[in-house]
Amino acid sequence: MNIIVCAKQVVDVSEMKVDPNTKKPILQGVPQKISDIDKNAMEEAIKIKDKLGGKIIVVTIGPADAKERIKELLAMGADEGVLVSLPKNNDYYVVANLLAGAIKKIGEYDIILCGEASIDMFSGQIGPRLAGLLGIPQITYAQKITAEKDKVNADRNMGDKAVTTESTYPVLITVTKEINEPRLPSLMQILGAANKPINEWTDDSLVGGLNPKVEILELKGISMQRKNIVYKDDLDESISKLVDSLAKEGVLR
Amino acid sequence: MVLIYSDDKKLTFELLNIGGKIAKELGEKPIALIVGKSNDTLAQEYISYGADSVYIVETELDTFKAEEYSSLLEQVVKDTKSETVVIGSNKNGKELASRLAGRLDAGCIIDCTNIYLKDKKLTSERVVYSGNAIAVEQFISEPAIVTIPSKAFDPLPKDDKRKGETIKKKFDVEKSSSKILKVQEMKSEDVNVEDAEIIVSCGRGFKNKEDIKLVEDLANAIKGKTVGCSRPIAADLKWLSEDHWIGLSGHKVKPKLYIAAGISGQIQHIAGMRDSGIIVAINKDPEALIFKSADYGIVGDLYDILPKLTSAVKEKIG
Repeated sequence: MNIIVCAKQVVDVSEMKVDPNTKKPILQGVPQKISDIDKNAMEEAIKIKDKLGGKIIVVTIGPADAKERIKELLAMGADEGVLVSLPKNNDYYVVANLLAGAIKKIGEYDIILCGEASIDMFSGQIGPRLAGLLGIPQITYAQKITAEKDKVNADRNMGDKAVTTESTYPVLITVTKEINEPRLPSLMQILGAANKPINEWTDDSLVGGLNPKVEILELKGISMQRKNIVYKDDLDESISKLVDSLAKEGVLR
Repeated sequence: MVLIYSDDKKLTFELLNIGGKIAKELGEKPIALIVGKSNDTLAQEYISYGADSVYIVETELDTFKAEEYSSLLEQVVKDTKSETVVIGSNKNGKELASRLAGRLDAGCIIDCTNIYLKDKKLTSERVVYSGNAIAVEQFISEPAIVTIPSKAFDPLPKDDKRKGETIKKKFDVEKSSSKILKVQEMKSEDVNVEDAEIIVSCGRGFKNKEDIKLVEDLANAIKGKTVGCSRPIAADLKWLSEDHWIGLSGHKVKPKLYIAAGISGQIQHIAGMRDSGIIVAINKDPEALIFKSADYGIVGDLYDILPKLTSAVKEKIG
């Protein structure tokens, strides 16, 4: 079973600060990590490999320092990494086409696994977009995957419905956070990952002439003005103050 | 043309308003799309809510597969010469729009909270970085595909006198090799957090499923009756159905009053409730993030606070 995991390096949104004057997010100096749900995709890839054998290749489109992040996934259990440079001007069209280019260069594959969305932008566009580009079936929002030799089925959370979908290979599957608990690699695995190959490919050598279809004009801040009144007195007194305040706000009917 | 599609009727009404506005500014017409069985009543409803014409694509497909629907939509976009495609942002809609964008080599933005024209180009706004910023993006190519969630726009008032054309078409579908084995309605408890005016929510701070009664009692006392929750309660522990789940991947809500009990305030949760009127936090950890997003807070054990707060509210309201 040849499995490809698409993983994105993102800023750790929980460490992000907002400029108090402009209310804009400060992106410089924020620690980078592999998007959480992509690790769930990685974990699922390992489970499938454990059952059916094969090889796992991680593909990331990102800056040079994403190599360090790929090493974490190699330590978890991927066999090989591919890092494709991210052009300065990019959008979902560019990134999906680079992923498709890298996957075509890798050649044979049975399953492509992605997280349902990245935790920074939370679009969930790349997985289905890539499946459309490659012309293969897509199974989205998988909460449970059962892979067999010649087919795979998945239980999917579609909001108001639970849908079970089956497909032959090749197929692209996006997973949700609930599907598993990603493993933490052991020290031995972390050390072992240093010997696993990471291929670095440039974007223009893979797909030439990619121009974005969408450009970002601005990142606007969101002002979150809250009163931040916290009652810490004696419990009964706090509760009575709270109820008075809510009544004054006119939200108790 | 501006092509408008969702499998959710109510959401389509909302999309017809903004889609119609964009179409007018572009000197184009808004076209609503129905996929499936021919339905003249629905077509007339779409016209009453602002569609200039309705395209009915008749198919034998009985279940939704993004592969097949995107193959149909690709042909409709070409047939109608649509430069703008507006799709409803539910789970089906998002994967449909994304796959369609892949097939058409089109720009696509998911979950737009606003769209408008700037320098005659379609421009969108959406919430990014877990609710810490709004990305303003502009399409520099056509067709432009956007998805818009429910409640971002109101529908136009219904006008039964509006007239429009209904066009019925058939296209060949590229069949997908995937199979739907089972479709099960999710357990629903008939709650609609998105419409609720008062919500009392519970999170990880609750030790047992039975304790959720504490938030129910408070919700009933404030006559809100709506109980919400954070991700762990719905997705991991499954103590409440997903209709209650508030957050980035759950529901986005804007009640007049939002009370968060035993919720730490992860940004994913905040992203779902930050537009609420008044936010109250109850948490035993004074450092909990939730207090930064709250108007009023009490530091303490929710097991002590909630019953007392419920009685105090009852006394106040009478």
